[in-house]
Amino acid sequence: MRRSSSLNWGDLLFRRVTLGFALAVVGIVLVLAGSLVWNSRLAMKEFGWAFLWGRTWDPVAVKFGALPFIYGTLVTSAVGLLIAVPLGIGTAIFLAELASPRISEFLSFLVELLAAIPSVIYGLIGVFVVVPWVRTVVSPSVSAVLGWFPLFEGTPYGVGLFTAGLILAAMIVPFITVVSREVLLTVPRSQREAALAVGATHWESVWTVLLPYARSGIIGSIFLALARALGETMAVTMVIGNVPEISASLFKPGYTMAAVLANEFTEATYDLYIHTLIEIGLVLFAVTFIVNGIARLMLSRMEHPA
Amino acid sequence: MNAPTMLKRFVVEDKSEGSEETPQVVALMADKLNAWFGSNHAVKNITLQIYRHKATAIIGPSGCGKSTFIRCLNRMHEVVPSARVEGKVWLEGWNIYGEKVDPVDVRRRIGMVFQKPNPFPTMTIYDNVAAGLRLNGVRDRAVLDAAVEESLKLAALWNEVKDHLREPGTSLSGGQQQRLCIARALAVKPDVLLMDEPCSALDPIATGKIEELIYQLKEKYTVVIVTHNMQQAARASDYTGFLLMGELVEFGQTSKIFTNPTDSRTESYITGRFG
Amino acid sequence: MSGRGIPYSTVRRCFNAAAFTLTGVFAAVTVSTLFFILGFITWHGISAVNVDFFIHLPKPVGEPGGGMANAIVGTGKLLLLASAIGVPIGFFAGVYLSEFGHNKLGFWVRYAADLLNGVPSIVMGIFAYTLIVLPMKQFSTFAGGVALGIMMIPIAVRSTEEFLKLVPNSVREAAYALGVHEWKTIVFVVIPAAIRGLLTGILLDIARVAGETAPLLFTAFNNRVWSHGWMEPTSSLPVMIFTYAIAPYDDWHRQAWAGALVLMFLLLLVNGGTRLLLPRRRVVT
Repeated sequence: MRRSSSLNWGDLLFRRVTLGFALAVVGIVLVLAGSLVWNSRLAMKEFGWAFLWGRTWDPVAVKFGALPFIYGTLVTSAVGLLIAVPLGIGTAIFLAELASPRISEFLSFLVELLAAIPSVIYGLIGVFVVVPWVRTVVSPSVSAVLGWFPLFEGTPYGVGLFTAGLILAAMIVPFITVVSREVLLTVPRSQREAALAVGATHWESVWTVLLPYARSGIIGSIFLALARALGETMAVTMVIGNVPEISASLFKPGYTMAAVLANEFTEATYDLYIHTLIEIGLVLFAVTFIVNGIARLMLSRMEHPA
Repeated sequence: MNAPTMLKRFVVEDKSEGSEETPQVVALMADKLNAWFGSNHAVKNITLQIYRHKATAIIGPSGCGKSTFIRCLNRMHEVVPSARVEGKVWLEGWNIYGEKVDPVDVRRRIGMVFQKPNPFPTMTIYDNVAAGLRLNGVRDRAVLDAAVEESLKLAALWNEVKDHLREPGTSLSGGQQQRLCIARALAVKPDVLLMDEPCSALDPIATGKIEELIYQLKEKYTVVIVTHNMQQAARASDYTGFLLMGELVEFGQTSKIFTNPTDSRTESYITGRFG
Repeated sequence: MSGRGIPYSTVRRCFNAAAFTLTGVFAAVTVSTLFFILGFITWHGISAVNVDFFIHLPKPVGEPGGGMANAIVGTGKLLLLASAIGVPIGFFAGVYLSEFGHNKLGFWVRYAADLLNGVPSIVMGIFAYTLIVLPMKQFSTFAGGVALGIMMIPIAVRSTEEFLKLVPNSVREAAYALGVHEWKTIVFVVIPAAIRGLLTGILLDIARVAGETAPLLFTAFNNRVWSHGWMEPTSSLPVMIFTYAIAPYDDWHRQAWAGALVLMFLLLLVNGGTRLLLPRRRVVT
C-alpha cells in the first residue's frame, strides 16, 4: 500500500470516495439493527423475555406471545432439513464422485437454477400442486398407517407444517448440494487414493475418508440452508395455513415468524401491535445472524483444515 | 558525491583501465540506496552510476536483490505492501525520493519493462502503445498516431503489426508482446528504460531479437537491464554491476568484469562456481 | 477371511453399488424438481399468456380478463430504483475492498456485507418500512426500491471485489510503470479489464431481487391501476402473482400462472445467459 504522502489529490479523492461507500455498507447494517431494536421497544418493554414463550397470539385482546411462530419456524425448518440434507448430500456425492466433470458441471448448474427461482413461484406450485397432493395422497395414506401417532394425526387439509417443510426442502436443497459438491471436489486426490490403496471400495472411501474430511464444509452448507429456511416467507405463508397454534401433528396448519410478518404487518392498527411484529422481525434477524455466523465458521474451517 | 555537485548534469570520467577517454554522462545514480521488504533488508547501501546512452546490466544469483534494486530506480518497489526505501536516487540533479516528489512523475520519466510481458488485456495493439500518452491526457489523434508508429519502429515491431493495429494486444506471440510492452514504455519518451529480466519468459529467438533491440535503443535511450543470464549481460551491455546478497560487489565496464574482475566473488560467479 | 456363506467382498461390492445408486436417485430427484417446476409453470401459464396480459390493467375484482401491465411496469421501476441505489454503493465498496481493503476495516466491511446478505427479505421490508413508509405515512415505489436496493448491495460488493481481484497485478504494475496515477489505473485499466464479469454480476444481482415479494408487501404495497411517479404505491409482478394465487377467483389463478411464466422466463434467461458468458460463477450464496 502506497503511503498517503505519495498520493496526489485525484488518488486521495478516489480513495476517500470508495472508503465512504465501504463505510456506508457497515453503516447500513448498524442502522438496520438499531432500527429494529428501536422500533420494537414498546413490545420489548411490555412483554420482556416472556414474549418468546407466550402461547397466545390475540391482537384483538392485545395478548401477544411468539411461541406459535417460533415453533412453526423450527418445525418447518426441521422437516425441510430432514428431507433436504440426505437429498442434497447424496446429490453432491453423485455429482462429485460419479458423474463425469462435464455432466457434473451441467447438473450443478441446473441445481443452482433451483436457487434462482423466486419464493412466490415455489408458493404457487405449492398451492396448486403440492397442497392438493398432500391432501389427497400423502396425508390419507400416512394417516391410514400411522394416524395414531400424534405426529401424523388430524384431518387432511393439505396445508400445514409438513407441506411447508416439503416446499422448504426443495428450496434449500440447492444450497446443500452446490456447496457440498464444491467442498468434496477440493478434497485432495491423495486422500482418495490413500483409501483406495488399502482396498476400500469407492463408497467406503467416500464414507470413511471424503465425508469426514469435508465435514466442516458440509455442515456449513447445512447451516446456510437452515438460515435460508428460517427466513423464507412467501412459499411458506402460501401453504402453511397461517394459524397461530401449536400442534403436535405435522399435518395441522401452523404459522412461522416470517409468515405472520407478511400477513399481519399491514393489518397492524396500533403501535404496540406494530412493535410486537417488529420484535418478531428482530428475533428472526438475530436467529439468522447466529445461524449464518455458524455457517461461515464451518466453511472457513474448510479453507484452513486444522 | 554530495548534493551540490549534482545540481546540474555533470560529466564523469570513467576510471577503468584501458577505456577510451570519452566523457560519460550520468543519467541516473543510486546513492546509498537501501530497501526492505518488511524486515528483510534486500538492498544494502548501493551506490551505482547509470551512464547515458549506454546499457548497464545488473547481474547476480537468485535472490541477490537485483529486481528489488531496479524497482527502486523508478519507485515501483514501494507499490508492494511492507516495502521501505532509504537513500537517494538522482535523476538529472534531483532526488526522485525527495520530499515533494510525486512517484507518478518519476515513473513517467523512468520507464519499465517487466519479466512477463503484460500488455493491457482489453486494449488493441494501437491502444496499448498509446495508453501511456492517453492516460496522461494526450488526445490529439495525429500526435498519438505518430507516437505509436515511432515507438513500434523503435521496438522493431512496426513491420509485423502495422496492418493489425486494431487487433488485441494479447493476440501476439510472447516475444512480440514483450516488444509491444517496450514500445508502450518508449511511447512516453522516458529518460531511462529499466528492464527487469525481459527475456526470461521468452524463447531464444525472441530473446535474440530483444538483445538486438537493446543495442539499437542505446542510441536514443539509456537502458538498465537486470538479467540472470550472464551471456546476455556480456553480449548486450556496456557496463555491468554484480550484486550479491543485496550488496554491490563490483561495477565496471562489461568487458573488464567478464575478463578480469577485481573481486574474487565476481570471478566465482562469472565462472559459474555458484549462482 | 471369508464369512459364512456369502463372501465378504460381495457384500461390500453390492453395498457400494446400492449406495451409489441411491445417490444417483437422489440426484435425479433433485434435478427433476427443476424440470417439474418449470414444466408446471409452462403448462399452466402458456395458455394464459397473451397480448392482453402485457398491455392491460387488472379488471375490477371478480371480472375476468385484464392483464398485469401495471405490475410489469412497476417491477421495472422498482428494479431501476433498486439498481440506482444498490449498484453504486455495492460497486464502489467492492472497488475499495479489492484495491485498498486488505486491512482490518476491509474485514469488517466484508463481514457487514455478508451479514446483510443473510438478512431475511421480509426483515428488509420492515427496515424500509420504518425508514421511509412510516415517516412519509404512505406506501411508495420509492420505499420498495430502497428495500430491494439494499438487498442488492452485498452481492454487488462481493461480485465486484471478486472480478477486480481476478485482474492480474501485472496489469496494474504495467500502468503504474507508465506513470499513470492510481485512480486512473483503477478506472481506465483495471475496471475495463474486468468489465465482463462486473456487468454479468450486476445483471445477476438484479435478477436476484426481481423475484422478491416479501420486502414489497408493505413498502411498495400494491396498486390495481397505474402508479405515477415514485411516491405512490405500485403493483409488481411478484406481488401480483402472490395476491392472485391466494385469491378465490379461477381467472386470477390463471393470470398468476401467466405472471409466473413471464417472471421465470426472464430470470432463466438472465441466469442461463450469464452462465454461458461466464462459466464457473456461483449463483448460490
